[in-house]
Amino acid sequence: MRWLSNATVAHLRRVAEWPDLGATKYRLLGELGRGGMGTVYLAEDVMLERRVALKVVATSAPAPEAAARMLREARILAGLEHPGIVPVHDAGALPDGRVFYAMKRVDGQRLDALAPTLPLPERLRIFRRICEAVAFAHARGVIHRDLKPENVMVGPFGEVLVMDWGVAKILSEPPPATGEGAAASGGGAAARPGGGVATAEGTVVGTADYMAPEQAEGAVERTGPPADIFALGGVLAFLLRPEGAAPRPLSAAVRKARATLPEDRYASAGELAADVTRYLEGQRVLAHAEGPLERAGRVFTRYRAAILLILGYLLVRTLLILFAGHP
Amino acid sequence: MRDDTGIGGSADRFPETRSSAVLAAQSPDLLERERGLAILVETYWKPAYKYLRLRFGASNEDAKDLTQGFFARAIEKDFFDGYDPARGSFRTYLRTCLDRFAANERKAANRQKRSPGAALLSLDFDGAETELRREPASAERGAEDYFHDEFVRSLLALSIEKLREECLLRGKDLPYRLFERYELDRDGDQTISYDRLAEEFQIPVTQVTNFLAFARREFRRIVLEKLREITANDREFREEARSLLGVSS
Repeated sequence: MRWLSNATVAHLRRVAEWPDLGATKYRLLGELGRGGMGTVYLAEDVMLERRVALKVVATSAPAPEAAARMLREARILAGLEHPGIVPVHDAGALPDGRVFYAMKRVDGQRLDALAPTLPLPERLRIFRRICEAVAFAHARGVIHRDLKPENVMVGPFGEVLVMDWGVAKILSEPPPATGEGAAASGGGAAARPGGGVATAEGTVVGTADYMAPEQAEGAVERTGPPADIFALGGVLAFLLRPEGAAPRPLSAAVRKARATLPEDRYASAGELAADVTRYLEGQRVLAHAEGPLERAGRVFTRYRAAILLILGYLLVRTLLILFAGHP
Repeated sequence: MRDDTGIGGSADRFPETRSSAVLAAQSPDLLERERGLAILVETYWKPAYKYLRLRFGASNEDAKDLTQGFFARAIEKDFFDGYDPARGSFRTYLRTCLDRFAANERKAANRQKRSPGAALLSLDFDGAETELRREPASAERGAEDYFHDEFVRSLLALSIEKLREECLLRGKDLPYRLFERYELDRDGDQTISYDRLAEEFQIPVTQVTNFLAFARREFRRIVLEKLREITANDREFREEARSLLGVSS
């Protein structure tokens, strides 16, 4: 009998978990990543001859809840057609019974890995794109509830995609009965007769560092778009980290986004993005009460070229007058 | 009744093709009992031997005698009849029996020799020793985790052997050889490319991926079948499947 090293055992455990794509149009090419409820695989759609990402319910996940949640995630994504949200191509059940959905394969890097290598303006432009995608989802009644740099992909042509909508909340969907205690990140689903799944009151979903207070309390009904604004504030803070001491207007924007009370935060992801745009364009950031000196510095920075031109002109005129006045 | 949905097919998605060896080992039918015990010994003797070496610091000769003695006694004295699936997994039960057996043997300080009529099991202890030298137990893993690790290694090794046999029997030796080359002949996480495999085996890349997909599918089926064999009921089977396959990255 063949001897197996520890590395081979670990690999074979993953292989045994790999989905059975035998009767589908997909051919498995490898594994891209793992989460609590599902694993994402690289596959080829042999009909269309293109590579896709397949998200498949993990064997280790609780069967009916995980299947319902996966299907729900696929449906949410299918309803959110936006350049900043990964498009879903297909969904169904594999021959081994596990639910999957196929989505665009995103080449690129996760924001948490990429951000430290980028200059601040580029990071802020990426942040605005994230805000736009989130604002779009909010406009369609969907809250992400797990926004963090790890859930943002940046493609090779600068495309920004918000990923992992597995714990998203649909605002029109009433919550089920109170849950029996808190669950870890990604858990707390309750299956419904129609295949729907929502999070029970008292259940905590999300990631601690980016979680709004009301979300951390498991107050599912009170967790609305402001919870995503809070998380976006966390993402902005993350993007400012390479700066050491962040510019004060942006720190103020972070504070406003991460205010304890939802009503003290930005009213929308769009407003947060607008403040970041103001900073990029040298305008006053609304979240920041700037002093006269700060204002003068900002105005100078913003109109540096024009101010220098005028000053230069005035200097030349002065010199000409002085020289013209003396024979 | 379970609160299952129809999504993803029936929750009974795991294989049902083999009856449980754990239950067979408790059967009044002698042939069925022998079949069950043979499967349990085949799966657990090596983890038991290595566990005894680690947990009790037994010498290789002592561990051999204890392993032989344990399984011989289990067969003679119907150890496994006492297993109650409601009280935990069979794996844990077997390890507890092994602990008790080894402790009693040591306490008596006169290791009980096998009774004259007891069958001497044909077990490759030299092979187990070679494995121990190639992959020594990690100091960070406790004895219980080590037993589980070795159980997983044994189960996967048996599954690969079964895959090899089935592939040869069905004239699918090329898919097996591809599987062996791609999935088993690994150096850590280093993988050989599909292109290189295609060149090596002189077949198109599409055939490489198709054959590998077939072999992986069969491997998964065999692993789950073996797991079904060595568990007593559906709940235990699911828990073991999650424990075995739910590997976090």
